[in-house]
Amino acid sequence: MVSKPHGGKLIDRTRIGKSLERLQEDAENMLKISISEGRAYDVENIAHGVYSPLEGFMGYNDYISVLKNMRLENDIPWTIPIILDVDNKCIASIKEGDEVVLNYNNINMAILRIEEIYSWDKKEYAYYIYKTKSDEHPGVEKIYNRKDKIISGPITLLRDIPEIYENVRLFPKDTRVLFEHLNMKNIAAFQTRNAPHMGHEYVMKAALTFVDGLFINPLLGWKKKGDFIDDVIVNSYKTLLVNYFQKDSYVFSILRMEMNYAGPKEAIHHAIVRKNFGATHIIIGRDHAGVGNYYDPYEAWKIFEEFPDLGITPLFIREAFYCKKCKTMTNEKICPHSEDDRVRISGTQIRNMIMKGERPSEYIMRPEVVDVILSYKNPFF
Amino acid sequence: MSQEKQTVYVSKDLYEKVKKYIQEQGTFNTVDELVEFMLNELLDQSVNETMSKEDEEKVKDRLKRLGYM
Repeated sequence: MVSKPHGGKLIDRTRIGKSLERLQEDAENMLKISISEGRAYDVENIAHGVYSPLEGFMGYNDYISVLKNMRLENDIPWTIPIILDVDNKCIASIKEGDEVVLNYNNINMAILRIEEIYSWDKKEYAYYIYKTKSDEHPGVEKIYNRKDKIISGPITLLRDIPEIYENVRLFPKDTRVLFEHLNMKNIAAFQTRNAPHMGHEYVMKAALTFVDGLFINPLLGWKKKGDFIDDVIVNSYKTLLVNYFQKDSYVFSILRMEMNYAGPKEAIHHAIVRKNFGATHIIIGRDHAGVGNYYDPYEAWKIFEEFPDLGITPLFIREAFYCKKCKTMTNEKICPHSEDDRVRISGTQIRNMIMKGERPSEYIMRPEVVDVILSYKNPFF
Repeated sequence: MSQEKQTVYVSKDLYEKVKKYIQEQGTFNTVDELVEFMLNELLDQSVNETMSKEDEEKVKDRLKRLGYM
């Protein structure tokens, strides 16, 4: 049976028919607040239940509770604040109780009923979420560039942003129906922000051995410099799946959500989000959502001990490598051979090779995937 | 949900069994924590809304259109 939504109920802040038309008309006369691409994704994720049980952007008590206790005020696990930042100029024209329109790229996306207006301490945020205040951390740098005030309250979606990958974008209510249709009762979610290499394929197939289906759910949106661009991720996965996976063993769908690079806390966030899609398990590998040396390689495994009530089971799978003696992809727990026999897979190494126009070996990446990547003039952010 | 707590009474035998279970399993820190989790799970089941047949058909149409079904 698919997972119950986080908090017990799948949130739906969308409207249809006459009710939607009326709201869209009302919105024309409301104050418009411009939001960033990342917040626009948040609006869609709230409205379509990806962030269940959230019905809007977090108020102060939830924000502080998430920051300091890793839980919403009502004790439900939550580790990354979902907050809407605005500038001081904007604050001068609004007050609590107002309804405003959230506008992205000249699209009136949603109506927000303002419940609270408050300030936040970005350094405090960085300390609790990222364990560092250094702006050399890409997630922290992004936080420091956000605006100074926060507004909160429930949202109602007026329209989604046009999606160029519409044919591979599913929301939780879609996946829940689809998993049932495919008779998948145990589903392992695979979070990724990369084009797939052999290590990724290994962990996905290791998980697939024990569950009915895989839910491959790459994040599209802002990422740090040097990460793969969205188009490369989508097309390289399509190629891998068509060539190397059984057709009915997986569901592939993109997720519009920004990376934070918050390591262990983001691992929990990724798990909650996939629980809302109906996944019963989530694959957590080495240094999940990490960057540089800010987190211990297996810190994202340990944090799950603090959430016995999470409602989705982590599958901890070790980093994979190719062993020349085993003649297969394997990992430290299984392979008895020495480091000299092992071909390690490094994202940086792959990036450097591709930048030079070189082909990573078949031990590292499927040739069909390499072909896709090399077909782009610049496959990186 | 408020963080304020209320007292609930259970038999001493059951309390001792749960306490032993917690010590052995190590996933919960206190009996209170386990009881609160289990009650939440029970209540979650009753508020877990099921999709109407009409909505489900709409979703299936979309999935067919996208090539997933």
